[in-house]
Order: sequence, then structure tokens, then C-alpha cells
Amino acid sequence: MANVLPDLRYTREHEWAKKEGGRIRVGITAYAQEQLGDVVFVELPKVGAKLTAHQAFGVVESVKAVSDLFAPISGEVADANAELGQKPETVNQDPYGKGWMLVVSPSNAKEWEQLLTAAQYEEFLAQGAH
Amino acid sequence: MPYDNQRAYDRLVFELSSPGRLAFSLPESDVPVEPALNALPAKYRRATPAALPEVSELDVVRHYSRLSQMNYGVDTHFYPLGSCTMKYNPKINEDAARIAGFARLHPLAPEAAAQGALQLMYDLGKMLAEIAGMDAVSLQPAAGAQGELAGVLMIRAYHEARGEKRTKVLIPDSAHGTNPASTALAGYEVIEVKSDAEGQVDLADLERHLGPDVAAFMITVPNTLGNFEPRVMEIAERCHAHGVQVYMDGANLNAILGITRPGDLGFDVCHFNLHKTFTTPHGGGGPGAGPVGIKSHLEPFLPAPVVAKKDDGYFLDWKRPQSIGKLQAFWGNFGMHVRAYTYIRTMGADGLRAVSDNAVLNANYVMKRLEAYYDVAAPGPCMHECVLSARKQKKLGVTAMDVAKRLLDLGFYAPSTYFPLIVEEALMIEPTETESKETLDAFCEAMIRIAREAETDSRGIHEAPVTTPVRRLDQTKAAREPNLRWRPRS
Amino acid sequence: MRYLPNTAQNQRAMLETIGVRGIEDLLVRIPAKARLSRPLALPSALAESELVRHLRALAARNADAESAVCFLGGGAYDHYVPSPINHLILRGEFFTAYTPYQPEASQGTLRTIYEYQTMIAELTGMDVANASIYDGASSLAEAALMAHAVTSRTEIVLGGGVNPLYRRVVETYVDGAGLRLREGPTPEGVLDLDAVRRVVGGKTAALVVQSPNFYGCLEDVAAAAEIAHAAGALLVIVSDPVNLGVLEAPGRQGADIVVGEGQGLGVPLSFGGPYLGVFAAKQEFVRRMPGRLVGATVDLDGARGFALTLQTREQHIRRAKATSNICTNVALCALMATIYLATLGKQGLVRVGELSAAKAHYAAERLAAVPGVSLRFAQPFFKEFTLKLPKSPERVVARLAKQGILAGLALKALDKKHADCLLVAVTEQRTKDEIDVFADALAKAVA
Repeated sequence: MANVLPDLRYTREHEWAKKEGGRIRVGITAYAQEQLGDVVFVELPKVGAKLTAHQAFGVVESVKAVSDLFAPISGEVADANAELGQKPETVNQDPYGKGWMLVVSPSNAKEWEQLLTAAQYEEFLAQGAH
Repeated sequence: MPYDNQRAYDRLVFELSSPGRLAFSLPESDVPVEPALNALPAKYRRATPAALPEVSELDVVRHYSRLSQMNYGVDTHFYPLGSCTMKYNPKINEDAARIAGFARLHPLAPEAAAQGALQLMYDLGKMLAEIAGMDAVSLQPAAGAQGELAGVLMIRAYHEARGEKRTKVLIPDSAHGTNPASTALAGYEVIEVKSDAEGQVDLADLERHLGPDVAAFMITVPNTLGNFEPRVMEIAERCHAHGVQVYMDGANLNAILGITRPGDLGFDVCHFNLHKTFTTPHGGGGPGAGPVGIKSHLEPFLPAPVVAKKDDGYFLDWKRPQSIGKLQAFWGNFGMHVRAYTYIRTMGADGLRAVSDNAVLNANYVMKRLEAYYDVAAPGPCMHECVLSARKQKKLGVTAMDVAKRLLDLGFYAPSTYFPLIVEEALMIEPTETESKETLDAFCEAMIRIAREAETDSRGIHEAPVTTPVRRLDQTKAAREPNLRWRPRS
Repeated sequence: MRYLPNTAQNQRAMLETIGVRGIEDLLVRIPAKARLSRPLALPSALAESELVRHLRALAARNADAESAVCFLGGGAYDHYVPSPINHLILRGEFFTAYTPYQPEASQGTLRTIYEYQTMIAELTGMDVANASIYDGASSLAEAALMAHAVTSRTEIVLGGGVNPLYRRVVETYVDGAGLRLREGPTPEGVLDLDAVRRVVGGKTAALVVQSPNFYGCLEDVAAAAEIAHAAGALLVIVSDPVNLGVLEAPGRQGADIVVGEGQGLGVPLSFGGPYLGVFAAKQEFVRRMPGRLVGATVDLDGARGFALTLQTREQHIRRAKATSNICTNVALCALMATIYLATLGKQGLVRVGELSAAKAHYAAERLAAVPGVSLRFAQPFFKEFTLKLPKSPERVVARLAKQGILAGLALKALDKKHADCLLVAVTEQRTKDEIDVFADALAKAVA
């Protein structure tokens, strides 16, 4: 079973979200990067872009697959991980750390509560999520 | 393997270059050159010469001969690529296309000076229409994907001419990637329709989606699992009941020549891949040709111009006010038309029927011989190709890709892998009618050997290929650090 | 049947293995009412010798560039094709291979495409070139769609000198995306830059300029670049790569995308196809490019190898969201161009350009000296130019065709504004004698 961190929230599309003060840091889960294989390219929105929960905000690519990235939460992009442009493999190496993708200033705090807890996400994976 | 020494050859033509070496021969000018060059304003003239290679003619010939030896082709290897119809490409086709009256004919020559070419196109269109049971054929599309675009655009124009605004096209999840891509390009939303485990359309799911906002249903016949969809006429009727046009992807036409026809099955549109069914060479990735056939209600929308005939000869009919327009600058891949025409005239009606009979026989034979060793994706009989799954082997650590790579070492090109997407570890095998029983037996022995190796000792499989000019390539590096052109070492 | 090896005995043995009595038993899923109950109504089969006779008879009804003297251009040119090209592309390992999806068994094709990409990038002055598009016109259509994807803008400004046949292909392709085409005013053979500046604006995804343009005139690409870029639009240049031994690379004049017809690079005229769609762009747009790309990498042993790369752009992976629907392209034509450019090399391509320009300028002088005939535009040109005739160009063309001269393209059918004009192209293949004969015949025809 892939690594799931207890203090984060999750989506069914395998993004994680982490509260940092008033902002939310976003990335993809260890399970997601394992499924993709070697990540070769990450496309992220620019700082200032508006996100809507459950809508695609970017893509992550391996050699033979493309996955849309879905916003866990609505808001504005406060920061995007520019390093992934040069080193996309960071997503494989450290998905919950240096492989982060966005920092979002959320516009609707209620959406946080709708995200999966670690226990719920683990259960979702155990049921054979894809 | 015949080309062991290829491993030693790793040159690009730029690396053979030596300043001052020549491979060309051009005449001295019989008119003054300087005045012409002086008439070109300096700002329009190239400031730095293009860094093209400088090599001798033998350098050119040897280099590209050696590169060719790094390829597997149908002329040298059995090429069981599913969905690609890698049959023998007759040599006479090549001679035909090189007759100066065809090969050196300018596309804008006056019609009176191109009657032979126009007649060939006109007759080829008629023959393809008869083969597919369609009312008219446009030869203009350059490849299957462009044929799809043309077909979907004609469907769109048809609906619009009737004042109907339809926004969706239904496509099975087992479809070739070009189907959704061409449909999206034509401005439609693509809706995926489920297939059952045997690759047949989930009728309930189809029925759920059919409605007044659906422009077309696009389906491959036989389907991408190599099976004929027995309810295909019923599907067409249900679509028509909703005003939905039915499009047949003709990639698998090699299975049904003279047996049944898309038009008779109820299809409104179908495209042909001349580079599959009609023996024009694949060329390492084209050129192909993708003529599109239609029923009469779509005729006003054909790409312009249409090759037509009147009392005093053949002409290009540009007066097509409802046409979807043009797809290529000129009239289509005429060189491929000559080859396909040559092939059809070689085969005749009985010959084409025998093509499909033997294609189906060969595919069923291979499937039967391999069913004890690999899972079969859908029970037979199949048509011209069969889809196996390496899921049994995957449990032993051997994937479809591993099987493919091992086949290269055993002297065969690989089947299509990982397509259709709905089959796990898919190995799609299309033997074609031009292969002999002996070749099929040798291929089956190789496949059986690999299945046994997977169970006993799979080290050789994971190492494979070792007889090719290179071993497995680092595709991750290729994608992470794209190196798309040669640069001199500084 | 010489292409079908199964003997009756083979068939019996195979049917027995399968466990059916006849091939009909394998066709049971096809509905009976859809079965064709008669043989296909096709002409009867011909033996090879009969077929050759028939094909030669058809071909003899065409006036090709061997049996007639060809001054036709308009997007296809009678450049000389050096002998090694045909010999090499006929190697079955090249022409009977499939798209190189199994790279270990396709290094020959992959290496030639990589060489092709390098040569085209070098000629056009761009960072990257793809493995080819169908032809020049569909390349331009793809460029328009790519400019839309890059800029999210919805208008394409096409210079009035863009080949009208290309314009019609662009119209077909951009219809689905709902793009609007506008015209860049071209009153006297080249763009009116001030007028173009007023048309290009905040909605413009791309300004498209062909140079030399349809009329043969050279456009000021650098000035067009400045106009496009000032408005935040891309500059797309339509170029004939065979000219780029002599003419400046569009990439050095500010082009963002360069497309063009590569037919002149060793591909036969073949009545319009298959041809070679050239497509090159700046590095920053590589992930929006249509078509296949070959990249260099290493194998398990660290040896250099080549493979298709950045495939996630393509239809077989991205499906409805792909950058293009293209799959089969024109790899064999790209191989012809690669061998052509290797054969002509650094010096030869310059010579082809110089000879073509020299003969075209000589021809322009001779033909424009015919009483009543004049050069339509007072602009610099390269190997093609537009003549104004005192008599119907169609009739002149028809009359000269009977004398074995393909005089050029009467513009009326494609360009009503210039119904009194004839477009004449002259390549390095034409001789002074042929040009002189043409001039004399033209003089008689318009007298």
C-alpha cells in the first residue's frame, strides 16, 4: 500500500491538500505517482490563476500517459513549484515534500471539509481505486 | 540475425561530413547568374550558409543503406501489427507510380493535359465505392485521420444544412485514438460509449446517449478486438431513428472485401486506408491515403474539387457550394492512388474476396494455435486479427511489452501492444493474407517459446532485445530532456 | 494468385486445426442479410504485362514534365531529383516498415527522421522541426490551430499573398475551432504593412505570411514579425525550403512557426501528392506541436539510440485533447528530402537556388519583352513571377500545351482579381533554349 500521510486531506483523483496557515499546499499522492511511473513533465497554472474545486488545473505526464490535475479546493494560485519544470522526477522522489505543485489561497473554506481524510482515502485505495 | 555488424554503426550523416566534399551534379548556368542575385535585396538573402552535410555520393548511398538495415520491414520480416494490415506491398505498384506520365505530372497541368490521371482517379473512386457499397468517394484525404475529419465535417455540414444543431459524437472506448481526435478537431464534444468485455458495443449505454444532440456514432468494423459486431445493422437503425449519422472507421476493411459492405450494413460514411487494405507501402510512417466514401445524401458536402466526367473527358468540378472545402493543397495523394488502382486491377473481384477469406483464415489459425498459451481477449471466430492478453504472463513478471521485445530477437516484428485500451496487456495480431502457413507456424512457435520461457526462465525475455542495433531505450530520458536535433560537439 | 500463398492443402490443414469445415464457418457473425450475394462489380483481373500496358496507356494521356517543358509552379515545382534518392527509398526495409513504435527494430527510420528534423530546423532557422505533416497546406492549417492553442486568441490574419489553395485548407481545418480568418491587405503583390498593422490586434493569434508568396514576390518577413509581436500574436511563415540555400531563414527574421511545402526537396510532382508538409517552431512551443517527434536518448548499455518522444501530445495517448489528429504522416517523403539535402549538401542547395533564380530572372526579362506582356508586380522575386497578358491566359495556356509547353498557371480560377495574369515558375531544370522557345511561342500566342 502506498504511503498516505495522516495529517493531509485527499481527493478521489489522488491529489493531496495540506493546511499551512490560511493557505493550502497541493500535490499528488504517492499512489498517483506510482501509477503514473516516471514523471517527465508537469504543467502548472501561473501565480494568480483562479481555481475551481474538482476542475482540472494542469497536467502531469509520464512517457505514455497524461493525467489531468484536479483542484482540491477553489481559490487563487499563490505559488507554483517552478522547480518541477527542470526536475519533474521530484514528483516521484518526494511527492509529499519537494514534489509539491501549488499553494492556493482558498476562496471557500467549507470545501476543505468535503475532502477525504487520510482514513477515507486509504479505504478508497483499498477498494481498488483507479 | 543478419545484421550483427549494425551494432558497430552509429553515425549520423552530419558526422560523415568533410568540407568541400560533393554528392551532387548540376549544370553550369547558360544564363547570367549575377544579375539575378543582385536583384535580390541583401536583407532577403541568407547571411550564414545552412550547415548541411558535405559528403560524397557513395557516402550517401552507404549511409542510408546501412540505416535501412537497422529496420524491420515487411520485405524482410513477418510484421503482425494488429490494426495496421502489414501485407506485402507489390513491386509492380512501385513501377506504376514511377511512370513519368504519373510521377512527373504537375497538379496544375491543364485538365486536357491530365486526362489519364483524372480517369485513373475517377475509376478508382468508382471501384472503391463498389467495394464499400457507397454512392461516392473522395480521394482527397491524405491519410485515415484526414478521412475521418472529412467524414465528420460532412456529417456536420449535413446536419447544419437541415437546420439541426447537434454537438456530440459517440465513440466506443475501444476506438483508435484518431477517432476522438478528428471528431474534436471538427468541433464536436466526444462522448465515450462503453464496450463489453468482447469489445462489442454496450447497447444500453449507446441507447442512453442517443438523442437530438448527437450528430454521429463512429465505430470500427470489425471492431478493434478483431470481431464482427453481429448487431451492427441494428445499431445503425437505432442511430438513424434518432437522426444520428453512422460512421465506419475502415481500418479493418481487409476482413470483409467482397463479403459484406459498409453501405449495405447501414453506414452513411466510411473511410479507406489505402496503405492498409490496398497495399500502398507504409513507408516508415506514411505517406498513406484515406479516401472517404459516403451515401448520396452527403454528396453535396464532398471535399472540393470532385473528379467528374462529361462527354469530352474528365475534369475537376469546383462548383460545389456546399462543400466542406479542401483538405490538401491539391487533389489527394495521387501516387498512392496509382498504387491502389494497380492493386485492385491486379486482384479483380475474386482476388479481393480471396484476400479477406485468407486474412480471416490466417488470423483464426494463429489464435487457435496460441489459445492454450495466452489468454484470448474475446472468443472466436475472429475476423482478420485476434487480440491476446499477456495477463497470465504478467503474473510471472512478463508484460506484453516484454513479449514484443523478445519477438524481435526471434526474428519477428511485434504485434501491436496495449491496444485496444480495454484489454489488459493486449497483444493484437494481424497476420494478413500474404503470409504462408509456414511463416505463421514459425511465429506461433516463437510465441509458444516465449510463453514457456515466462514460466521457466524469463531472464532472456527481460534482456531482450539483444540482436537489434540498440537495446531497450531510455524513453524517460528522451521525454525529460528532449534532444530533437543534432548539434556539432563544441 | 501470386500474393496469396495458402494452397488448398494449406487451407484444409489450417481449417482442421481451427476445428471448422470451411472459411464460411468463420464468418457466421456477419448478418446473413448484410452478406453480398454477388461478386463485386469490378473490372476483371489483369496479368502484370497487361496491366503495365494499360497503365502506360493512361499515363501517355498526361503531359508531364518529361514529355513537356514545365513552367508550372503555384506550390509544386519541377526540381531535379538526384538518382540515389529513388534507389535508397526503394530499399524494402525503409518503404515497407511501419511507424517506428518499436524503436529497437526501427533505428533506420528513427535516425533518418532525426536527421530530417535537424536539416529542417537548420534550413528554417528554427529550434525544432517535427517528423512531417501531409503537405504544405495542411501544415499551415495545423500552425493556425497551434497558434490558437498557444495564445488562446481566435483570429488568424492571412496575408493576401498566401496560396489561395492553402487558404481553403485553413478554412476547412479551423472551422471546428470557430476561428475567424481575416485578410492581410496585399494590393500590389506584397503586404501593405501599414494596412496589416491595422488588421492585426488583440484577438490575433497569428499573422501568416508566405514568402516568396503565391505571386512569386518576396515579403518583408522581419517587418511582419515586428507587427505580429507588437500585438502579442505569433508570426507564421510559409516558406519553400528548397529556396533556403539562398534566401534568409525565416527563423532569423522573427518567425515563431515555419511551415511549407517540401516537395521541391526530391519528392516527385506526382499530380499533387504525396508531398511533404514541413513544420518547425521555436523551442518554447514544442509541447503544442502537432505530429511526431524523434529524440535522441541512450539504451540499456549507454549506446546512442533514437525513439519517438513527447508522444503524450498525440492522438493515441491524448485522444480528444491531442494537439492534432494526425497519425500516419509522410515519413517516406521526409526520407526523400533527407537524402536530397544530404546529396545537395551545403553547396548544392545554394547552387539550385542560384540557378533557379538566374533562369527565372532571365525568363522574366524575355517574357516581359514580348509585346503586350508585362510583369504584373514591381517587386523582388525569386524563381516565380506573375505576368500580365493581353489575351486570355487560359487560351494561351491551352495553345502552348499543344506545343509541348506548360506555360504556367492561369490565375483566374484561383484568383479572380488577377484574371488577366499568368503565374510562371522556372527551376534549375529549365534551359535557356527552352525559355527562348517559350518566349517565341508566347509572342505568337498573344499576337
